[in-house]
Amino acid sequence: MTTARTKSMSAAGSVPKATPSPLFAALSSRRLWLTVLGWTVAGVIFFPIFWMVLTGFKTEAEAVADPSLVFSPTLDSYAEVQSRANYFHFALNSVVVSFGSTLLALLIAIPSAYAMAFLPTKRTKGTLLWMLSTKMLPPVGVLVPIYLLFRDVGLLDTRTGLTIVYTLMNLPIVVWMLYTFFKDLPKDILEAGRMDGAGTLQEVWFLLLPLTLPGIASTGLLAVILSWNEAFWSLNLTSSQAAPLTAYIASFSSPEGLFWAKLSAASTMAIAPILVFGWLTQKQMVRGLTFGAVK
Amino acid sequence: MSTLQLKQITKSFGETDVIKGVDLEVNDREFVVFVGPSGCGKSTLMRMIAGLESATSGDIVIDGQRINEVGPADRGLAMVFQSYALYPHMTVEDNMGFSLRLAGVPKAERREKVLEAARILQLEPLLDRKPKALSGGQRQRVAIGRAIVRNPSIFLFDEPLSNLDAALRVQMRIELARLHEELDATMIYVTHDQIEAMTMADKIVVLQGGVVEQVGSPMELYHHPRNRFVAGFIGSPKMNFLPVEVTEAGAEGVSVRLPGGDVTRVPVAGQDQAAGTALELGIRPEHLVLDDQGPLSGEIQVLERLGGQTSLYVRMGEQTVTIMADGDVAHRVHDTLRFGFEPGRAHLFDADGLALPSLEAHPLASLKRQDNRMASSADSE
Repeated sequence: MTTARTKSMSAAGSVPKATPSPLFAALSSRRLWLTVLGWTVAGVIFFPIFWMVLTGFKTEAEAVADPSLVFSPTLDSYAEVQSRANYFHFALNSVVVSFGSTLLALLIAIPSAYAMAFLPTKRTKGTLLWMLSTKMLPPVGVLVPIYLLFRDVGLLDTRTGLTIVYTLMNLPIVVWMLYTFFKDLPKDILEAGRMDGAGTLQEVWFLLLPLTLPGIASTGLLAVILSWNEAFWSLNLTSSQAAPLTAYIASFSSPEGLFWAKLSAASTMAIAPILVFGWLTQKQMVRGLTFGAVK
Repeated sequence: MSTLQLKQITKSFGETDVIKGVDLEVNDREFVVFVGPSGCGKSTLMRMIAGLESATSGDIVIDGQRINEVGPADRGLAMVFQSYALYPHMTVEDNMGFSLRLAGVPKAERREKVLEAARILQLEPLLDRKPKALSGGQRQRVAIGRAIVRNPSIFLFDEPLSNLDAALRVQMRIELARLHEELDATMIYVTHDQIEAMTMADKIVVLQGGVVEQVGSPMELYHHPRNRFVAGFIGSPKMNFLPVEVTEAGAEGVSVRLPGGDVTRVPVAGQDQAAGTALELGIRPEHLVLDDQGPLSGEIQVLERLGGQTSLYVRMGEQTVTIMADGDVAHRVHDTLRFGFEPGRAHLFDADGLALPSLEAHPLASLKRQDNRMASSADSE
């Protein structure tokens, strides 16, 4: 509100005494409503997570009782959860698989996006659309063939196997995003590099990568988050050895019935790293994701 | 020693022929300007020389060696782009030294060469800045500096001044001419601006529709345009064209009937022109003189006073003729006036737009900027 007033004052600059104009009133009430709306939406999205974290500190009895904000916090659920399954084993799998698959996807996608952005053919746009369209296929449609394939080559319940699947899963989006970032780079700059004696690899290393680093970073961050949160493939292709945190959460919702407090504690631990990661990189993420859109 | 030959160069993008068989010779230390309207193929031709586009057919020869298959990095050329194309993430020094860094030149030597180029271009105080902290003119100089550091056999300039404002453009034009002299290098320069072409070139190549219309020194193109296109393109304001009819042709020249009915003999070779043939008479605005006895007349439609000169736009029946007159002419808009010209200044073009060759070559037609330079350096010795 204060900023709105200051802005309107300075905009009115030459007018000696700023009389509250109807435009100003309309603007500020619009601002007010937008702010309320924004907080409401954020609250609705955030509430389940907030409630989950709270539940994690309750006893099982409190967890199923009438919803209440007043209770004596306890770490019992966390202790119980940790005694039943080693959190760090799953967390390590999640880290290795999501960062590994992201790195692999970038390694494949950077040359592909380079070719599509700087050496386009008549079919480039079509290829890109086709790649993206594979994301519309329900994964369950290829579950059986991939499961059988993995079983026969011994990739079931291995980090390598999951890394490969995640790489393939994210590749279309990664290529697409890199393509849009690369396309924004003036061609002249790369040509100037070529005139200066750069070969293709040097061109990519010294010019393309440093100049599109913000875009590459946000693409990578998105791929890490998508891989971290992925549950379908991890639940179906891993059991213990390579199981990431998504499988860890799922393991608490099983045979003996639902134990809300323990499930919440496990989930809180599973999402905590990526939440912190996302919070630390949010500036980069937002910048990268809106980079192409606002042009 | 750096020479360049183009032999029957063509370029097609799919079905479209952009360059249709260009032959050209660029001599050592020559300043050659490719000029033409947009889309004439001048930039494509330069990009083929640079190696950024491949020629569809024909040979590109540098210092006697065919280099069609040699990549841009290994041709030993340097190019200054219209957009400057500086590396935004590098300082001025790194921008200029990038080619040396790629070539594996040690840091100390690199710095020395960059400083040397920076000195020539007065860029020393800016070496630590990033391109975004520079003005347009400074960026332009960095782009040129980057080319100088490479010590290329030939410099290529792709419309380097078109993003600068008018005053800066004039200044950079002079600086480039000075640089050419100082570096003693072969330079090829692309522009759509005929003033840049006239002022800087030793040799101008006029292109249109992927075809070379004429190659020659600035004064040759000005005084002896080979066809109507070159005549209209070179010179500012544009040459006037009037429909005329042949009355008589002989060894002394071709006599034509002007729009007003008067007959004038233009000293050009055209003995085969039959009486009654329709031709076009070309006469530059600066060669039309106000003359109460002159054969032409019309009404002034617009009058632009530039101070030293006055442009008169005069309506003659169906068409408008431009006259560059003295700055102090007393005429006003809607005055009717008579004017004429010296027949030796006029050109005749046939139905195909080809000029009938002059009987006498203009004394300055073969003058090059380089001749100027040699003459002046001989004087000083």
